[in-house]
Formats: sequence, C-alpha cells, structure tokens
Amino acid sequence: MSILSIREVSKYYGSYAALNKVSIEIPKASIFGLLGPNGAGKTSLIRIINQITAPDSGEVLLNGKALKPADIARIGYLPEERGLYPKMKVGEQLLYLARLKDLDKQEAIKRIKDWSERFEIESWYNKNIEELSKGMAQKVQFIATVIHQPDLLIFDEPFTGFDPINTNLIKSEIRRLRDEGATIIFSTHRMESVEEICDEIALINKGNKILEGRIKPIKKEFATNIFEAELENYSAFSNLNSAEILQKTEVDGHLSLRLSAKAEANDLARELMLFGKLTLFKEEVPSLNDIFIQKVQS
Amino acid sequence: MNKTWLIIQREFKTRVRKKSFIIMTILGPILSAALFILPAYLATLPEDTRTIMVLDEPILMDFDKGKEDVKFRYLPPDQFDLDRAKDFFSKQEDYAFLYIPTSTNPDPDVIARNVILFSKGDVNMGVENYVENLLETYIQREKMKVQGVDPAILAQTKTNVKLRTVNMDEGGETASLAPVKMGIGYIAGFLIYLFVFVYGAQVMRGVIEEKTSRIVEVMISSVKPFQLMAGKIFGLAAVALTQFLIWVIFGIGLYLVAVHFILGNEIDAVNVASQGMMTPDNDNLIFSIINTIDAINFPYIIGCFIFYFLFGYLLYAAMFAAIGSAVDKESDTQQFMFPVSLPLIAAIIVLIRALDNPDGSIAFWFSMIPLTSPIVMMARVPFNIPIWELALSMSILIASFIFMTWLAGRIYRTGILMYGKKPTFRELLKWITYKN
Repeated sequence: MSILSIREVSKYYGSYAALNKVSIEIPKASIFGLLGPNGAGKTSLIRIINQITAPDSGEVLLNGKALKPADIARIGYLPEERGLYPKMKVGEQLLYLARLKDLDKQEAIKRIKDWSERFEIESWYNKNIEELSKGMAQKVQFIATVIHQPDLLIFDEPFTGFDPINTNLIKSEIRRLRDEGATIIFSTHRMESVEEICDEIALINKGNKILEGRIKPIKKEFATNIFEAELENYSAFSNLNSAEILQKTEVDGHLSLRLSAKAEANDLARELMLFGKLTLFKEEVPSLNDIFIQKVQS
Repeated sequence: MNKTWLIIQREFKTRVRKKSFIIMTILGPILSAALFILPAYLATLPEDTRTIMVLDEPILMDFDKGKEDVKFRYLPPDQFDLDRAKDFFSKQEDYAFLYIPTSTNPDPDVIARNVILFSKGDVNMGVENYVENLLETYIQREKMKVQGVDPAILAQTKTNVKLRTVNMDEGGETASLAPVKMGIGYIAGFLIYLFVFVYGAQVMRGVIEEKTSRIVEVMISSVKPFQLMAGKIFGLAAVALTQFLIWVIFGIGLYLVAVHFILGNEIDAVNVASQGMMTPDNDNLIFSIINTIDAINFPYIIGCFIFYFLFGYLLYAAMFAAIGSAVDKESDTQQFMFPVSLPLIAAIIVLIRALDNPDGSIAFWFSMIPLTSPIVMMARVPFNIPIWELALSMSILIASFIFMTWLAGRIYRTGILMYGKKPTFRELLKWITYKN
C-alpha cells in the first residue's frame, strides 16, 4: 500500500522542465531514497509534496486522496539548507516550530523534553541557536522535523554536517521511526550514504525518473557477474572452467582472485574448492552510483 | 489564523526583549527632547559680558549702563583726550572703545557722523548693532530737545504692542491655536515618517534574514507564505505601537508634572493680574500654551494619528516585505528602495507646505494619495477639515493597503524561494502573475 502516489507530475520554469511526467509510488512504513545528481528535480518534487508549489500537471495522492493543505501537519520536512532563528533559544525555537505544526503547548513541551533526553541535549535548552556548533544545530533541526510525529518524513541531504557518530545516531532514529510506522523519503545526491538504509529507491535525472524499485532486485539486474575469491592452502592452477581469471595476487600463502563468471556462482565455488580452502567468496555488487552512471550513459 | 497569531507573538516577543528596543524606547524621548530643549536652553545662557570703554565728551549717552552682555565704562572727559584714551584702551582688557567727540556745531547729526568705535579685533555684529541703535535713540532724543520736546513726555509716549489673535470658529474666547496646531501636525507627520522608515526597514531586514538563513524553507512547510509575511508585518506593528504608547504615557506624565509645577508658580501671578487690571500677563507665555493645549481635541487627533500611523505603516511594510523577499542581501535592496522612499520624502516636503496652508489644493491632493496621505493628512487633522475629506482619505488608504498586501504577498511567495540572481522590476511583475 502506497502512502504517497506521485502521478505524471510535471513542473516547468519557463520552458525548462524541472519535472517531466514523473510517477513514483512510495510504500507505507518504508525508507525511500529519492536519488539523483544536483539539479535533477528532487527539490522541485519535494516542494510539490510539501505544497510549497503546485505541479503544472499531474497529481499527488496521500493515502489515496489528493493532497490538501491540512495534510501539512502530517508531513515533516528537513530542508537541505537548514535554518533556525540564530537569536532564539533552543527550547523556544522547538516550541515555536512544534506549535506551528498544530501541536498544543503542553504536548509540545513534553515531546521536546523526551527528544532532548534521547539526544542528550537538555542542557542546551536555554542556549541561543547561534551558540551551537553546526552538528548541534542539526540535531535541533532534526527534532523540529519529527516532533509532530508525522506519517511522512522528508529529509533533504540529511547527513551533511554530521560526524560519523551522529550520522549513526540519526540513522538509528530514522529506522526506529520507520519501525513505528512512519514513511521516510531521503533525497540525496550522495547515493552511497543511503544505500544501506533504503528499502526502495527512485533515480531521477534531468527531470525524468530513470529507475525505481527495491535495491536488491535493482542490483541483481545490474549484476556484473564478477566475483572475488580467496584461497588458502591451495594447489597451483592457471585457468578455470567456470570463470575467466581477471586478476590474481598471492600474499603470504593467500591467493586473491577476481573472476568473471561463465557459469552459476555455485558451480564456480565448487570448482574453486577443488584447488584449496575457500576463505572468501563474494559477488562484486555494483554501487548505486555505478548503476546511475551506467543508466545515464546508456 | 492561529498560526499567524503564533508568528505575530514570536515577532513581538523577540523584538521587545531586544536590548536595542529597550534602549531606543528610553533614549528616544530623551534624545528628541534634547533636540528641542538644548538649543532653547543654550539661547538663555548669558553670553560673555563685553565691556566697552566710552569717552563721551558731549555726555550724549547720559552714562547709559548698557545691557546684560554689553556694559559701558565711562572715562571722565575732563581727564582724557582721544590720544590718551586710545593709549589707555590699548593697555586694558576692554572689548572696544567708543569715542563720541564734541563738536562746535550743535547739530546732533554732526555728532553722529563723528562717532568712532575702536577695537582690537573684529567687532561682533550684535554689539555693533546694539551700539548703533543706542546712539540713534540718544541722538533722536537730542533732536527732540532741540525741537523743544520734554524728555519726560517722550518717555510717556513709548508703547509696546503684543498682538492677540482670536479664532472665532473655535468658540471665540480661546486664543488662536494655529502655532500649537502646526506644532502638533508637524510632530505627528514626522513621527509617522520616522516609524514607517524605521519599522518598514525592520520588516525588510527580517524577511532577508529569514531568507538567507533558510528559515523560510522550514517555515514554509508549516505555514503559508502569506501567513508568514502577515505575521511579521503585524508583529512589528505591535512592537511599533507598544513603543509609541510607552512614549505617549511618558509624555502625558511629563506634561502633568510640568503643568503642576508651572501652575503652582504662576497661579498667584495670574490672580493678581485678573484682580487688578483685566489685561493678561504678557510674560505668561507658558501659561497660555497650557491653556491652548487644553483647548485642543486630543482624543480626535490621537485617534487619527493611530489610524494613519498604523495603515501608513502597513501599506509601506507590505512593500518592504516584498522587496526583502526579492533579494538575497541587504545591499541589493537599493534599486527597489528608491521608488518606495520617493513618496515618503515627497510627503515630508509637502507636510511643511500643508502646515502653512492646510486647505490648499496641494495639501488636499497629497492627503488623498495613499502613499503620502498618512504624513500629509496629519498636518491637516489638527485644523478643522471637512469630515468627508477625512473619510475619503481613510477609505483610499485602507483599500490601497489591502491591494498592496495582496500584491506583496504574490511577490513574496515566489521571492522567498528564489536564490541567486537579483531580480529586475520586470521579473517582479511576472511573479505577480504566476499561478501558485
């Protein structure tokens, strides 16, 4: 079941097509990657979902119904360019943004307290935003995005400015939100940063959707059939029946191989085992980046 | 509406708490009072007393002592001649040396022609004029004597006229309020001009701040652009009104204190004057000002002021908000600021003319044009103007405010999400016609 259906959406700025009949289905309670290089049309699409702008043609459905202004309260948006009032205190700022999302005051204060404890930022409550480091401000902004418990969360380049520790913290929070039933859209041009976390992705380029689906099947489709293998205690061999040897390195009695398979992976593995102890056998999976480049160039 | 209210509250709270607001609220009246009072006070300070040495051979000046800042010191004519006196003068600190020689010709005009003022540097114009006037008076007296007029009679014929003006339209008995009304009109018009500029610029800066710090991106996913703009404009209006009201309360307080003190001192003098002759005391200027102030319809003027203050600000604030949304930084605002500032400056020029002639056609038309009416109309309001003119001016202003806010809203909602290049006027017009 899709929480969000984008149907044949087009948006033009003058004669320039920022979006050209893009259709995307985003399943409920999933983490969805909206991927593409800068200028692909990601932000235009997000602005349409947020009802900041309207599409020139096409429609957007939330839970099967056309998007309406009141739906804003069910969406949380973390823009690429973060912004908070520099002279406002952390607590006031969060309360203000929460109340603008129709949260009543008592409830907002309670949730701010919960989130502050979870992120260990209670001591910042009375600090001005301008006193915080970039990473600290990012945490505050993250809380502002999720505080009203929206069904749909949109993160535009969420990990810029975070160190690895905080990146992991945010990633685990996002997974937790997904497990609690929220749907998350990641928009990024750094595809490797979301590969492991996304359930599904859509690739867009120059206003057109070029690929959509679950990551595993997509990767399978773009499989190169190249394997890496390592052998120990092996006997010498110069060629294989089930694969072509692309590369061969020997270090301290370990043999590392890069193989282009001519048969099923199992047959290849079986053949390798004949020559020694197989300690590593793995298919070289193309990265989303590779897939994207391949797709754009073709 | 609820969200607009939240935005208004935020704007109001964060700004009223700012140190700059508190300082300006306290310092504003003190500074402006200083601006009025200081020159007046300086004028009352006694100047350095200048002593002029006089060798008055014919005893023309009758040993006149001079005035507060110009004193005369007479050399005995039987002990000094011109050369000795000049020699003596050069060794003294005196400011100047006046020599009135005797003449064989009894004609006072001959004496007048021969008077010389010696000095060690340039003589102050005021001193020179004073000495000339004094000599003219004494020579005139000499001439009268020659004609056989008794100096005592002459002294009796001296008259001092102080004209009292009475405006019959205002109930006859009050003194004319024109100067006070002009003062009120000027202050009111100027205050509106100042508030529109100061607070309009704050709206613009606020919008630019939200845009460059990308707060709009966050805000716009929760509220409509129009709510954000309206919230900022009304929030700042509340701040401006708060500041104004603090000043009014301050002013009324000061006035009451002043009246208490002055009346306490002057009431006896007035009683004496009214019991004796029925002429009011000429010196009692302050008392008459208090009288006139009491005779002015303040609730009406303050009501009009708040109306024009508020709607004048709202009209301009909408334009300032639109400008702020269109640019990325404050230095880019100049080309758009020019056409907005022009009518404001024109209004302040017309304000002066309208004070002189509140019923003239320039005053009339500029008090109808919405961009200038808030300032120019305030010059006319203290003078009785036809109620239909006031109603028409107010209606035009309200209609223009609604139209301008709608227009600004359309520029704003496109502008705040546009980054990069500085737009032209033509592009702004295009934004107005954009479909959402």
